[in-house]
Amino acid sequence: MSQTVMADAAPVDASAPTASLHRPRLPRWAPLGLAAVAAALGTGIGLVAGLDSRIQWGLIAALLYVGLTAVLAGAVEGTRQAKDRLATSFIWVCFLLAVLPLASLIWETVARGVKVLDGYFLTHSMNGVITMEAGGGIYHALIGTLQQVGLATLIAAPVGLLTAIYLVEYGTGRLAKAVTFFVDVMTGIPSIVAGLFILSFWIIILDFGYSGFAGAMSLAILMMPIVVRSTEEMLKLVPNELREASLALGVPKWRTILKVVLPTAIGGITTGIMLAVARIAGESAPILLLVFGSASINGNPFEGAQSSLPYYVYEQWANGNEPSYDRAWAAALVLIAFVMILNLVARGIARWKAPKH
Amino acid sequence: MAKRIDVSGLSAYYGSFRAIDDISMTVEPRSVTAFIGPSGCGKSTFLRTLNRMHEVTPGGRVEGKVMLDDEDLYGTGVDPVSVRRTIGMVFQRPNPFPTMSIYDNVAAGLRLNGDHKKSELDGIVEKSLRGANLWNEVKDRLNRPGSGLSGGQQQRLCIARAIAVEPQVLLMDEPCSALDPISTLAIEDLIGELTSRFTIVIVTHNMQQAARVSDRTAFFNLAEVGAPGKLVEIDDTERIFSNPSVQATEDYISGRFG
Repeated sequence: MSQTVMADAAPVDASAPTASLHRPRLPRWAPLGLAAVAAALGTGIGLVAGLDSRIQWGLIAALLYVGLTAVLAGAVEGTRQAKDRLATSFIWVCFLLAVLPLASLIWETVARGVKVLDGYFLTHSMNGVITMEAGGGIYHALIGTLQQVGLATLIAAPVGLLTAIYLVEYGTGRLAKAVTFFVDVMTGIPSIVAGLFILSFWIIILDFGYSGFAGAMSLAILMMPIVVRSTEEMLKLVPNELREASLALGVPKWRTILKVVLPTAIGGITTGIMLAVARIAGESAPILLLVFGSASINGNPFEGAQSSLPYYVYEQWANGNEPSYDRAWAAALVLIAFVMILNLVARGIARWKAPKH
Repeated sequence: MAKRIDVSGLSAYYGSFRAIDDISMTVEPRSVTAFIGPSGCGKSTFLRTLNRMHEVTPGGRVEGKVMLDDEDLYGTGVDPVSVRRTIGMVFQRPNPFPTMSIYDNVAAGLRLNGDHKKSELDGIVEKSLRGANLWNEVKDRLNRPGSGLSGGQQQRLCIARAIAVEPQVLLMDEPCSALDPISTLAIEDLIGELTSRFTIVIVTHNMQQAARVSDRTAFFNLAEVGAPGKLVEIDDTERIFSNPSVQATEDYISGRFG
């Protein structure tokens, strides 16, 4: 009982023996305050020294922030805390450096892209539009991208999924090693090489014409290894105990994979496929080679030239005049939005399908 | 419907490593047989050879005979899948399927093995959950995920899942080692009830548990680390715990081991 009483009294009496556990700490707002001070100093030094580049201002402020935090923490809190603060502030600075390009990219694209982005822009093609003038839209490119990416996914997702299932559930020995090796090699294939391969094989040797499907095939080549890799990782995460539990119930292996393993990993697998789609949606090189590009609407991906969003951006930018620049930015914004929506959908599916507790 | 298991000259390997060596024993129908012994002596490996789960491990391979009544489990033309339907298994850690509800978990063995009518399934699920002493706790939340149950309930769910397919034999690999004493008691009571319908083999590290639940006890040992595990003796539980015929058994049981 007496111990309880003492424990209750201890926090009240600061001079009690427990006070030896206390160390002087910087107030909680210290990092934020220091950041403000460092930013102000950075700006001040930049102005006084007449440095033109804002990047220099920022770097001075960042160095000041890291230095000031370490010195101040060292003086008030002691060496161990100073090291901690130094590492923390350094990580924050690195984080900001990493985020800055991303944020400015999005800012730039949104600021320039919204100028001509409207319902008309989304629902009209460039057919008959003189590139020097405003007007026209991306409908044909949007259709092209959706069809090419859709077809590529239809080819790559099943093949990639089944390959990953083979590697994780069945593959042992040399064949599995060889497959893994070639998947790794495929991951590194530059998109232009994939495009050239389909060009020589499909268009030159087999003598088919330019089409969205030809582009989709090269996109599928790029997509497949990504799907295999991500699916493989997700399948490996499924606990072996679940497979054993199912097998011990007398369930055949293929049914175990289909009904127990895949449903457990489906969220991650879908996310992986979506991210692979997002990755190939921005490819322009194979489209340039295989789909040729077009200003008018072509709803048939198996015949004739099409356009696509990344190709459209390239094409408009190459026109080299103000209205085309505006269209290029707007199309870039649509492309980013498309990729972002895919990401959000993937996250949604992952959360929806995740094993519940 | 419960069947006798007759093992003769059984050795199991992981790759080139021999995990258990030349084991012969008989497991009587409608009895509980407990396997005890130090860690690494091959109890679990031996248990897994009894329903051909050992070969699921990469490199796992078996020599010898396991007769289920008059059929050799390792004979040519024997389908491991039908062996596992006949001889069910409960694992050390509760492993309900995380994507399935309580109902679906129990129905999994039947559903995954073919079509069953909904009304028929309802009956089997209720019967199995009652059989596993879990029905009263979960009857109002059959559609909730099985992973939301407590550890002991999850383990009973796994037992319900195993008995739903009406196996002849139930193998239990340390089914209580991850559970608290109260859940352990619930499972031990359950084992006592299940004996009337199934042949049960249980691996346990808890000697009191072996003494409480089993009719016969087998003691496994290994000469040294890295050496294959061997069956030292198998006898009526009472005899093993009071007057074993081998000195090593007595040493192990009385704690004078090693």
